[in-house]
Amino acid sequence: MTALLSLDAVSKRFRGLIAVDRVGFTVPEGAIFAVIGPNGAGKTTLFNMIAGAVAPDHGAIVFAGRPIHGLAADAICRRGIARTFQLTRPFPALSVEDNVTIGALLRRPEVGAARERAQELLHRLDLFDKRRRIASTLTLPDRKRLEVARALATEPRLLLLDEVMAGLRPTETDRMVVILRALNRESGLTILLIEHVMHAVMALAARVLVLDHGTMIAEGTPETIVHDPAVVQSYLGAEAV
Amino acid sequence: MIARLTTGVVRRSTVLLALLLGALVAAPWFVNDYLLTVLILILYFAYAGQAWNIMMGFAGQLSLGHAIYVGLGGYVAATLFVRFGVAPWLGLLAAIPIAAAAGAFIGFLAFRFGVAGVYFAILTIAFAEFARIGFDHWDLVNASSGLFLPVREYAHNDLWRLRGDPTMFYYVILAATVVAFALCRLLLRSRVGYFWLAIREDEQAARAAGIDTFRYKMYAVMISAAVTAFAGVFYAFFYNNLFPEQVFGISRSIGIILGPIIGGVGTLFGPILGAFVLTGLAETLNSVMTAFGLDLPGATQVFYGICLLLVVVALPDGVWPPLARRLGVAEDGK
Amino acid sequence: MPLEVYFNVVIGGVLTGLVYGLMALGLSVIFGVVRVVNFAHGEMMTIAMFIAVLAFSALHLDPLIMLIPIAAVMFVFGYALQVALINPFIRRPEHTQFLLLVALAIIIANTLLIIFGPDARSVQTAYALDSFQLGPIIIDAAKVYAGAAAILFTVALFAFFRLTLVGKAIRACADNYTGALVVGLDVQRLYALTFGLGAACVGAAGAMLVLVVDVTPMLGPSYTLLAFVIVITGGLGSMPGALVGGVLIGVTEALAGLLFTPSAKSMFAFAILVLVLLFRPQGLLGRRLS
Repeated sequence: MTALLSLDAVSKRFRGLIAVDRVGFTVPEGAIFAVIGPNGAGKTTLFNMIAGAVAPDHGAIVFAGRPIHGLAADAICRRGIARTFQLTRPFPALSVEDNVTIGALLRRPEVGAARERAQELLHRLDLFDKRRRIASTLTLPDRKRLEVARALATEPRLLLLDEVMAGLRPTETDRMVVILRALNRESGLTILLIEHVMHAVMALAARVLVLDHGTMIAEGTPETIVHDPAVVQSYLGAEAV
Repeated sequence: MIARLTTGVVRRSTVLLALLLGALVAAPWFVNDYLLTVLILILYFAYAGQAWNIMMGFAGQLSLGHAIYVGLGGYVAATLFVRFGVAPWLGLLAAIPIAAAAGAFIGFLAFRFGVAGVYFAILTIAFAEFARIGFDHWDLVNASSGLFLPVREYAHNDLWRLRGDPTMFYYVILAATVVAFALCRLLLRSRVGYFWLAIREDEQAARAAGIDTFRYKMYAVMISAAVTAFAGVFYAFFYNNLFPEQVFGISRSIGIILGPIIGGVGTLFGPILGAFVLTGLAETLNSVMTAFGLDLPGATQVFYGICLLLVVVALPDGVWPPLARRLGVAEDGK
Repeated sequence: MPLEVYFNVVIGGVLTGLVYGLMALGLSVIFGVVRVVNFAHGEMMTIAMFIAVLAFSALHLDPLIMLIPIAAVMFVFGYALQVALINPFIRRPEHTQFLLLVALAIIIANTLLIIFGPDARSVQTAYALDSFQLGPIIIDAAKVYAGAAAILFTVALFAFFRLTLVGKAIRACADNYTGALVVGLDVQRLYALTFGLGAACVGAAGAMLVLVVDVTPMLGPSYTLLAFVIVITGGLGSMPGALVGGVLIGVTEALAGLLFTPSAKSMFAFAILVLVLLFRPQGLLGRRLS
């Protein structure tokens, strides 16, 4: 498999505090890749750099063969990377369908076509019956699904999911796992996810990267990761795996 | 085009709009000269409010200096007419690009340098004040002594040169308001309209969805400025005089935006309803005062201010959204 | 022009600027804590100016004596305004707040118009025509008194915010709203106090300004704009910034009036505003916002 996304020695510091320190890894095309780590490990900062919300201080981020570090968030989305936000950010006063239509308009300038695409995605994410609801009235799990639908509507090659399972009930988590796996299998969508719900990570990811205090402490298959002594000590230790 | 204009509209709102339009078209046969002037004023504010609403209501960029586009439009067309005899419709062809360029200049500075929110609003006031003081000292436009258009009795209405009786002006501004309404509806239902709403709701999320927010905010300012420019041309030719103090002043900017805020920011019908409510209120108050023989400068304004206060306290989203729900013609979620 | 003329004008500008600074300080304090842009600021100042005029013409009370009473009256006005009207609007969108305060401004200006009529009023103190002479430099006595009073009032306000518990609590509210709630501060009351203090600043400034300029009911909007310019130039929420901004704008206006024409003087103030917004958006003395 060829590399779709690769990071090389990417670093970011905020006022002297190193949030991400020389992180490098490669996500193959068509893979599901997870980033885990305790709170404050630098996961979201890493995501923000890939998505263009903040620029890295050092290092290179290459997507589909071209460097993207330092590009603006919208330019990166147009290159084919879509993201969700950890604290969901739907367009609050708009309907669910309009939220997703806006995403779809990126590749389909015709409003009718974009709306059709949005409705397909809403079906997939189990939101079709709620398409007329105003986004701000949705429950948290629905808002998470809405974010995924809006991101998918931009037709990305790489989907960045920032803790989409957080706050979901176990049945909802399972449902999301099924949806994501189907998307990955059918269209070859590459997925990079930050996740705390280990059960979902184990079910989805082919490879897992572990961050702690901004540095990589392990990378490998889910099975090797959960038995890695460094990982167990710094992150999984307290939790029953 | 026609199909696109009418798709998705509740039939009831089409009927209500048609009734309103019919009443407005027929109005000159039924109202006296005074009422006709009031209607012209209402439509003028409805038009200008609609133009402002593109920028604030759709794209979420609060302009408190919209008078600059009124003033530029009016002064460009009037100067061309007075100095060179250029007809206002041709003058409009110059006024629109000049107003749009001014909008682009302000927008470029603000959006490139990250001036947003309250600061953006104050920047727009600053530029309007710039223009006011500049025109106050510019001899080509007669500086602070004002630019006057020749007023003569015309044997017949000259639509091309916009010289004629109030009825002609009434139909001109009515047509312009209808065009602006249709334009806004088209914009709102197009790609650019959706992108504006996204920017208004959450700019960072809009960028994450691939929207080049700088470009679409620029479109909003420029289109809004261009549409506003015609309000200035109309103002100049209807009132036949322009003073920098009056057309560029902060009170003109406030006058433009009160209507849409009272009516409902971001709605299509809000600016029109707001203009009726506000101007209607002000004129009614004036009439009542006159009828009672009261001559107390400021009294109507105080009452006007109190009404404004009551509306903003009681109906924070404006008059139109709750009214539209009651009439069963809500503008689905926008 | 001889050099003394410039000195005279600059010093006059500094003194007027101090009064401007005090006025702008009120706006800055209100915005910095309550996060509401007071679009009725200029109108609040015209109230204070008319009280000063009235006290002088009816009771022969000098504006310098009236400074504290007027500030106190305006404090009560501001406090009541915040409690009764503005508080429910704190979390509303900016354009709604704007509309509320514009409505208030319209009511104030026109009420003053009904009471006092449209003509300009002034205070003719015994020292109105006095001046101090320092070598070749001549300074209006009224401006010196006004500037000195403005400095005293500002120092008192600084001391309040730095030294008293209530002042510290208000600053805590401004720094961290949620934090202030968590530690149990009565945020609503502190907001009302802040609005009152902001109004007191503008009241004191108004009482001083009648020594220097005439007052009309429709003066409000131009002073509201002036206060914006000063506060943004100095840095929103920075107390020394408001004073520095006031002096800078006062001097700029005075020099522009001398070198160009008095009617164009505010153009230079706006030019400074635009430059600051573009190149130093946090203002000259403001902290950089994250």
